[in-house]
Amino acid sequence: MIRIENIVKTFSGVKILHEVSAEFYAGKTNLIIGQSGSGKTVLLKCIVGLHHPDQGNVFYGDRNYSQANFNVKKEIRKEIGMVFQGSALFTSETIQDNVMFPLNMFGKQTKKEKQIRVDQCLERVGIDGTNLFFPGELSGGMQKRAAIARAIVLNPKYLFCDEPNSGLDPITSLKIDELISDITKEYNITSIINTHDMNSLMQIGENILFLNDGVKAWEGTNKEMFNSDSEVFNSFVFASEIAKILKQKQ
Amino acid sequence: MKIFTHIGQYLLLMGKVFSRPERLRIFLKQVFKEIEIIGMNSLGIVAIVSVFMGAVLTLQVGINFVHPLIPNYLIGLTVRDTMILEFASTIICLILAGKAGSNIASEIGTMRITDQIDALEIMGVNSATHLILPKVIAALLFFPILTLISIILGVAGGIGVSLLTDVVTFYDYVDGLRLFFHPYYILYTMVKMLIYAFIITTVSSYHGYFTNGGALEVGKSSTKAVVYSIIAILVMDLVITQLMLT
Repeated sequence: MIRIENIVKTFSGVKILHEVSAEFYAGKTNLIIGQSGSGKTVLLKCIVGLHHPDQGNVFYGDRNYSQANFNVKKEIRKEIGMVFQGSALFTSETIQDNVMFPLNMFGKQTKKEKQIRVDQCLERVGIDGTNLFFPGELSGGMQKRAAIARAIVLNPKYLFCDEPNSGLDPITSLKIDELISDITKEYNITSIINTHDMNSLMQIGENILFLNDGVKAWEGTNKEMFNSDSEVFNSFVFASEIAKILKQKQ
Repeated sequence: MKIFTHIGQYLLLMGKVFSRPERLRIFLKQVFKEIEIIGMNSLGIVAIVSVFMGAVLTLQVGINFVHPLIPNYLIGLTVRDTMILEFASTIICLILAGKAGSNIASEIGTMRITDQIDALEIMGVNSATHLILPKVIAALLFFPILTLISIILGVAGGIGVSLLTDVVTFYDYVDGLRLFFHPYYILYTMVKMLIYAFIITTVSSYHGYFTNGGALEVGKSSTKAVVYSIIAILVMDLVITQLMLT
């Protein structure tokens, strides 16, 4: 489980996050949603440690990540897998080398064991056989899958995905959502997904945190969201005509 | 005031760069890869420039040294010392700042804007050590070799001129090459080359590492890397020469 307490982040005098607190549970797909510029990515980067919050704490289980020393932070980071918006695969390396990279850096397995693990991960995300391709030779969806394979290769306890569906067609998006959700349950990972994709919200949103201008404006599940009385949340989630009809039917 | 921010940021980055690599085997692999990219791939341009500069220098010196009191062997001596003292280190490094420096800045800059550096940090890898240190080590190892190659090819260019033209005879030219040789000049040029290698790799990496924005900014970082590397090289040239030759 990950717990954040009163996170505040300011850039050049502009307050991006206003005392955001929340809990993200293990074995569940936790979603952070909000409009572009609402502070989703900043919050995610504060949680993983790419940004240091001006105020507040991030707890990984009982460990306070914000106050931890270098070695503790390094240990926690080895338990983290992250899928970036643009996949962030190393473009000059093959898919196999990309997925094997964390194993080479931190794994103690033999070469053969590493190869088996890489093949397992690529098979798990549905792109087995792409070992010798370079990222640029794969489609956007396949690159996302490769990024997920790299993120899970060290069996992380925590999985972070920054807009995993951006730039993907609806069918591929759903497949990626299902894959993340399945992996979360299979390995009992605490996964946090940053998205503004409404399909993801309805499909896999087991614990949703809604940010509006850097403020936590709503929290709940995908089932509870139809009964929400938060005006800003409803105007964001049920903005389209189809979504409005769906809400009425519920 | 901005210059102090840059110097501070640069020093902090260097502090991060010079720490123990995560895995020595992977680090050495990276060093050899960088030797190929930064060093071996620059051999061609260094060779071409050195041969032609040696040849042109011989022609220019030969044309200007037309006085009965100036012996012809001074042409060879002048070309040799010019190649050793200034050309093979400073001028070659100005060229390398353009070639290798822009390559380093654009590579690291692209990695920054496509989140590849963040991906390394998330994995618990010290991105500065992983990306920059192999380049610094590779340049420190290979740039002195490029200097030696440049000196040899520059002098060879002069030999070519002595054989193909009547500006100077081959025997006079070689006589000049063998006269008043100071081995200390080689040490001086090697010291310069090592310092320039450090400047080119670290200044370029710094500009790449702190790139913000998109493709346009990568281009700007690349240009800045070349410009600041060249300025730093010229300043250090003056300082080292004052310290070592006067």
